[in-house]
Amino acid sequence: MKPLAPISSGARIALGILFFVLFVAGWAYATFGGFVSKTFLADPLTMLEEGWLLLTKHGFLYDIGITIWRVVGGFTLAALVAVPLGILMGAYKPIEAFLEPFVSFARYLPASAFIPLLILWAGIGELQKLLVIFIGSVFQIVLMVAVTVSAVRRDLVEAALTLGARDRGILVRVLIPASAPDIAEILRLVLGWAWTYVIVAELIGSSSGIGHMIIDSQALLATGQIIFGIIVIGVIGLISDFLFKWANRAMFPWSLA
Amino acid sequence: MGEPRDVPVEFGVSKLVIEDVSRVFPPVHGGHPVRALEPTTLTVGDNDFVTILGPSGCGKSTLLRLIAGLDTPTTGKILLDGKPVKGPGPDRGMVFQSYTLFPWLHVADNIAFGLREKGMPVPERERIVAQWLDNIGLRSFARHFPKQLSGGMQQRTAIARALANDPAVLLLDEPFGALDNQTRSLMQELLLGIWERDRKTVIFVTHDIEEAIFLASRVLVMSARPGRIKADLRVDLPHPRHYTIKTSPEFSALKARLTEEIRVEAVLAAEGH
Ligand SMILES: Nc1ncnc2c1ncn2[C@@H]1O[C@H](COP(=O)(O)OP(=O)(O)O)[C@@H](O)[C@H]1O
Ligand SMILES: [Mg+2]
Repeated sequence: MKPLAPISSGARIALGILFFVLFVAGWAYATFGGFVSKTFLADPLTMLEEGWLLLTKHGFLYDIGITIWRVVGGFTLAALVAVPLGILMGAYKPIEAFLEPFVSFARYLPASAFIPLLILWAGIGELQKLLVIFIGSVFQIVLMVAVTVSAVRRDLVEAALTLGARDRGILVRVLIPASAPDIAEILRLVLGWAWTYVIVAELIGSSSGIGHMIIDSQALLATGQIIFGIIVIGVIGLISDFLFKWANRAMFPWSLA
Repeated sequence: MGEPRDVPVEFGVSKLVIEDVSRVFPPVHGGHPVRALEPTTLTVGDNDFVTILGPSGCGKSTLLRLIAGLDTPTTGKILLDGKPVKGPGPDRGMVFQSYTLFPWLHVADNIAFGLREKGMPVPERERIVAQWLDNIGLRSFARHFPKQLSGGMQQRTAIARALANDPAVLLLDEPFGALDNQTRSLMQELLLGIWERDRKTVIFVTHDIEEAIFLASRVLVMSARPGRIKADLRVDLPHPRHYTIKTSPEFSALKARLTEEIRVEAVLAAEGH
């Protein structure tokens, strides 16, 4: 292997799949071989069986739907607030000076630590779940968008100025379109994090969702179900990431090499 | 645009007046302030094509940015058509050395940018854009993004984008500096062709002596840092100019003279570093 030397796309896919195969093989070996107790870790076949039962008998599809709804809802709210705010912070230095210190502080507040407080304020209904995701995402998006907007190439702004653009024109027709692909990329990244918040929110005080199912399964020692739930989250995350990437590519053809 | 004029062009009506303009950049991190431009006085006539020649770092870009209003002079003032320059505006179009087309806009929309900012109605805008696409020979690239264009095509578009706005003065900061020699000389002919028809007032910064002579009706030579104007030559070569003029005796004489002027400055600049 040479540093940074490219590999063929066939080899790339094969190597990627190989890891999954080895992983499942290791898991199967450990469980079927009797090295780990069934109580602690279900084997792959049991996992699939329990997963199938979850989907067909226990309405797990509904839980999946609820969880997706929460992530998308909370994340959309966060994006609606954070993207405009981030753009204003990036474009106008006084606004940045006003908000940046607070937002930088707030982004380190762990969203999960707010859950008890949010339960007191908003109960254990949907609003509380959405708020957890909102708090977890909004500050991150604001800061990253602000950085992106303030890093727009200065010479593009100057070119626009010499073409007669005024403040509003610079904001609307230079800063925003120039940073749009990066903003979309930020949203993709933060959506991935939002998935981790929703599960935490559902582990505590919830009666539906993937996280709730996982907690229920723990009480029943149904490790197969837990693992199935975790894998479902991973797969949904992967799909949403793929869709986001695809949409970004379709929306911003000019930013591709 | 329009037909070539057969009336003789009048020089001497001053379009742009630069009075005692200097620029000192404040020190950074306890260093020394940088005197980028010594107090400079200069008058540019209407319809003149002025090239500014000087070694790198002598303050050419600084002077151009001051005229564009992208920077403010430390002393002195700049008047365009008698009115003081206060900031950037559409009456001073600029073409930069770096490629500054808006990457998210097609070639046609890039050319239309200034017209749009002016609030010009779409049909008129489209007519002007179509004309400029023809002028720069990029009609079939109207729907291409800047990334899909060569460097020469991008700079052609940048020139069209600035001129479509019909500025009083066109400022160009080493626009062909990053192009290969062949492309560069084609671009010079294209720009000169446009100027011969339009007779816009142009200020063109370069460090290439042949380019400076070929394009100019007047060449200014700047001294090494801190920059000031140390020579001011008229170029009376006839128009329309063809690239073969570069081998004429008059051209060679000018070139020899400017080479000498520049050499002295280049030596000084090299010693200064
Ligand atoms: N924004 C700035 N801050 C500090 N120094 C600068 C700045 N811009 C230019 N300079 C300095 O001013 C001098 C002239 O620069 P410039 O006008 O770009 O030269 P040229 O275009 O002739 O190569 C250089 O020494 C450069 O380092
Ligand atoms: Mg320069």
